[in-house]
Amino acid sequence: MNAPSAKPNDYAAYPDAKGRFGDFGGQYVPETLMPLVHELDAAYAAAKADPAFQAELSGLLTHYVGRPSPLYFAERLTDHFGGAKIYLKREELNHTGSHKINNCIGQILLARRMGKTRIIAETGAGQHGVASATVCAKYGLPCVVYMGAVDVERQKPNVFRMNLLGARVEAVTSGSATLKDAMNEALRDWVTNVHDTYYLIGTAAGMHPYPAMVRDFQSVIGLETKAQVMEAEGRLPDAVVACVGGGSNAIGMFHPFLNDEGVKLIGVEAAGEGMETGRHAAAINGGRPGVLHGNMTYLLQDSEGQITEAHSISAGLDYPGIGPEHSWLHDVGRATYLTATDLESLEAFKLLAELEGILPAIESAHAIARLGDVAREVGKGGIVVLNLSGRGDKDVATVAAHLGMAI
Amino acid sequence: MTKARIDARFAALRSENRAAFVAYIMAGDPDYDRGLEILKGLPAAGADLIEVGFPFSDPMAEGPPIQRAALRALDSGMTLSKTLAMIAEFRKGDQTTPIILMGYANPLINRGFAAFAQNAAAAGADGLIVVDIPPEEADPLADALDAENLSLLLLSTPTSDDARLKVIARRTSGFAYYVSVAGVTGVKEADAATVAPHVARVRAAGGLPVCVGFGIKTPERAEAVARVADGVVVGSALVEEIAASLAMNETVTTRVLSKVESLAKAVRLARVASPTV
Repeated sequence: MNAPSAKPNDYAAYPDAKGRFGDFGGQYVPETLMPLVHELDAAYAAAKADPAFQAELSGLLTHYVGRPSPLYFAERLTDHFGGAKIYLKREELNHTGSHKINNCIGQILLARRMGKTRIIAETGAGQHGVASATVCAKYGLPCVVYMGAVDVERQKPNVFRMNLLGARVEAVTSGSATLKDAMNEALRDWVTNVHDTYYLIGTAAGMHPYPAMVRDFQSVIGLETKAQVMEAEGRLPDAVVACVGGGSNAIGMFHPFLNDEGVKLIGVEAAGEGMETGRHAAAINGGRPGVLHGNMTYLLQDSEGQITEAHSISAGLDYPGIGPEHSWLHDVGRATYLTATDLESLEAFKLLAELEGILPAIESAHAIARLGDVAREVGKGGIVVLNLSGRGDKDVATVAAHLGMAI
Repeated sequence: MTKARIDARFAALRSENRAAFVAYIMAGDPDYDRGLEILKGLPAAGADLIEVGFPFSDPMAEGPPIQRAALRALDSGMTLSKTLAMIAEFRKGDQTTPIILMGYANPLINRGFAAFAQNAAAAGADGLIVVDIPPEEADPLADALDAENLSLLLLSTPTSDDARLKVIARRTSGFAYYVSVAGVTGVKEADAATVAPHVARVRAAGGLPVCVGFGIKTPERAEAVARVADGVVVGSALVEEIAASLAMNETVTTRVLSKVESLAKAVRLARVASPTV
């Protein structure tokens, strides 16, 4: 690795033509997939520039997903923390219950445009799997979702939802049987079924063009937030906060603000049982750059370059890597990446339920766990927006188990 | 040595008018000592070249047999350094059989390409295949290997068109490796008739000998492919012998080398007009 990348003049101009954000990103995939990856890159570039594609996407986001999602002033949460005004970007109110659908709608339109007839996806918490199964049902395409066997166990309601939507869920038992192994298995499927299959990656990671494409489809979050906060407050926020696993909800929120340097961008990684225990999923705070799943990025790895298992109460954050744009934003200092433990996130989960009547996804609860610190640092008179990326119905069994309750 | 060792081996094979039998094993499978014993036994069993896998935790292009082999190796404590130590040990008794390392990018990035190339050359390795480094990302690695006179072998596949084959050839030396099936290792079976025109395309693009791998399990299939290619690579079928002998508590080395013998024999017979042996 070279020294941290020089600070760019225009953050939004990345990635470069080779799919690089500074040193990060790229296309580290087997040769069998390279022609497909180039085909996807070209097809996406054409779709992005096509007003008909954008119009169809926009119409579906409005009428199928239910966008724009509200920007909600969380008054009691604001009072509780005693700092900046807190707004919640309500992505959990989207169809299927998380931000994941934004990307799935975009990619399914692209897959159809490319004439692909079979969809595969990986999922951790099951939110992306459900969103993928949903768009496949809507367009009558067969869908196979790879999901780690451990995650199948802890996210049973989502497995059932995917089945109801007609998707086949393949429980992956190799490796740690979580999200990274699901992604390995999806890549193995793709390399085997290159002619008809579209790989619908759910996070802003993987090989170029996925990190840029997923970011673009998720940027509707930040674009709406910008307009909504301007309308509510007449100015931009002082900080935006989001949880980061692969980082799709965070980059969707951050990207439209990248060149607004007065807006602090704060990602929250999963610290699992605590950073000091080594049992966490914080790639930036506890990892080093390397290559996994097609891109150069921060990774949890041992001294030999073997990928180590991530640990988090949240299946959606239980991944040893992070999207390459986040790695770059960290290195150039444009975004800050904090951490929250399992226990802190459980407390935050309860806090939002009790103060605002909203059950957050346990993933999003990681961001809520650092929200008080951010709100107090910004201070009274300031504005902080938290991306509430998903709803917590899927997590009630996990939360109950940790509270020692049977349901 | 290095590139020269590969070139010399293929020159000798050409003069014998036969294809190479290339045996793949995973370093440290099932452990260092038995892995080394297998490695040392391969040339006498009929391996003309040897691919030595170095294990990675997340081998995205491998089917279940090599995934399991990598796990066995990692569980036994195998590392990149120990892999190179094993090759250095092998070289004490064999200076002519080319050894190609095969694996994934991250352990190499972790070591640093230049340091890796120096270590690999010192150990007596001759070339390197990295499954997740396509031509688009190959230049830094290829430059580091060039500095040590080691070969980089970029993979050609059924999805590589002629333009890509030329790009692949530009940074490939030693021999060309044609992945005969779109898929992971050890699952689909290669068909010699389907493979033949692709071998011709790959040969035309780079002028190097073409070895075929990723879908060859049986002596019959190996023999058929050896008629149309310059070499036949078998990996999954060999590591499956290790798995089977472990499961049945048999001597691992004997069983693997006997499989190598039967495959090598089939390859040797492939171009004999009337096989009577």
